[in-house]
Amino acid sequence: MTPLTIDHVVQLHPRVSVRPEPFGALLYHFGTRRLSFLKDLTLLAVVSQLDGTRPLGDALDAARVPREDQARYLRALSALAASSMIVASGATEVAA
Amino acid sequence: MTMVAPTSQTLIGHFEKGLDAPICLTWELTYACNLSCSHCLSSSGRRDPRELSTAECKAIIDELQRMQVFYVNIGGGEPTVRSDFWELVDYATAHQVGVKFSTNGVKITPEVARRLAASDYVDVQISLDGATAEVNDFVRGEGSYATAMRAMQNLADAGFTGFKISVVCTRQNIGQLDEFKAIADRYNAQLRLTRLRPSGRGADVWDELHPLPHQQRELYDWLVAHGEGVLTGDSFFHLSAFGEALPGLNLCGAGRVVCLIDPIGDVYACPFAIHDEFLAGNVRDDGGFASVWRESPLFRRLREPTGGGACGSCSFYDSCRGGCMAAKFFTGLPLDGPDPECVRGFGEQLLADRDDTAKPKPIGDHSHRTSPPRPRAKTGPVPLTLSVRRPDAPPAHACAESPLAGFLPQANAEACVCGADH
Repeated sequence: MTPLTIDHVVQLHPRVSVRPEPFGALLYHFGTRRLSFLKDLTLLAVVSQLDGTRPLGDALDAARVPREDQARYLRALSALAASSMIVASGATEVAA
Repeated sequence: MTMVAPTSQTLIGHFEKGLDAPICLTWELTYACNLSCSHCLSSSGRRDPRELSTAECKAIIDELQRMQVFYVNIGGGEPTVRSDFWELVDYATAHQVGVKFSTNGVKITPEVARRLAASDYVDVQISLDGATAEVNDFVRGEGSYATAMRAMQNLADAGFTGFKISVVCTRQNIGQLDEFKAIADRYNAQLRLTRLRPSGRGADVWDELHPLPHQQRELYDWLVAHGEGVLTGDSFFHLSAFGEALPGLNLCGAGRVVCLIDPIGDVYACPFAIHDEFLAGNVRDDGGFASVWRESPLFRRLREPTGGGACGSCSFYDSCRGGCMAAKFFTGLPLDGPDPECVRGFGEQLLADRDDTAKPKPIGDHSHRTSPPRPRAKTGPVPLTLSVRRPDAPPAHACAESPLAGFLPQANAEACVCGADH
């Protein structure tokens, strides 16, 4: 999958559950049975903003990610997309 | 498991302090088992009369859902022999608690396999401790290899891909790692290798089953070569001192991110630590499982920072972290020193110098009494303990002739602690 940009519209996979923790969150995908750790509260804030309607740039802004940090957060989000934790809107039927 | 972060800070520190709920919860539903594996970590065989009822199990599932424990590893004993097993699996998956259950395969008929293949929320793990019947049945009992292979064939025929084949690595099967992998590939399954612990009946046979030092190296090299394609349950982090760290957290999660609920609701720090020393509480206590997990003094203690003790100055401490708490405890080694299988040989030295009385007495032996799988290492006269009525417990009534009159389950469990000491 290509790296995400601020123009992509994505959402949490409907079969992913998020458990907030002091360091960030645990994500569990019931379809792939994979666990991911969000090691950052800001990243959790970004993920919480993903509603499948607005572009990623809006979610980053809403979570108050500084412009100079956007690239790092987009890389982290791309890693989540690679394990199907987040998916492009309307594409939830792919990848379990 | 993946870790996603825009920064490179470590998670280990957070895990060592413990989480609000476990990540990896093992739940042993019954001590009843059709087999009598010589290395059984829970000394299973007979059902405990105090076993949690169906309603109590469902209440635990409700609590796990509230705590967002995403999945449980169900085991035993042989969990599928519980008459309400499928009911509990269905209840869990309907309440956002995924299930992976371990089985010797005895109940995995073609029909059950088809049903399992239809569910996304249930994963199956078949136990197999030898790639050949000879090696497997040596520890798991005659016919157990055939049972496991039949179960795997049924799962494969039903189209269940990616089920797990779980192997406890022993001196006898380390040479079969490639064969295990071939079996997993043949059934479209995933291989899982775990460490033999001297827990339960494993304490009796550890000396003759645990891998020899050169086999540890062979195992490590094999694991490095196969990477994340083979699961290990993080159980070999003590081998990381050979070189690069193995995939996984490389951390003892006992009481921090891992725990065990046993068939009678007792909560232990880890599945390999069924002993009073590691008993945190019971789910039947006020506050249930959540308060045991969050507030038990034992778990709080396990979440405190440790300096590494005798291992603190070792250059490999950061990767091996002193190894497995249960392995040390049940071999009678100090908990703040090296693992009995320390790859630098420090554990072996300690074992050689150890006073044999240092080994803890096991608790809660549920082994079958009538047909042990084979003569134990030291068979001899059967030690009998004649029961004496406690003076403070009067006869149930004047003409109580039933052999069960005045039966106290607690006292009975105590009386079972015999024969395992050697």
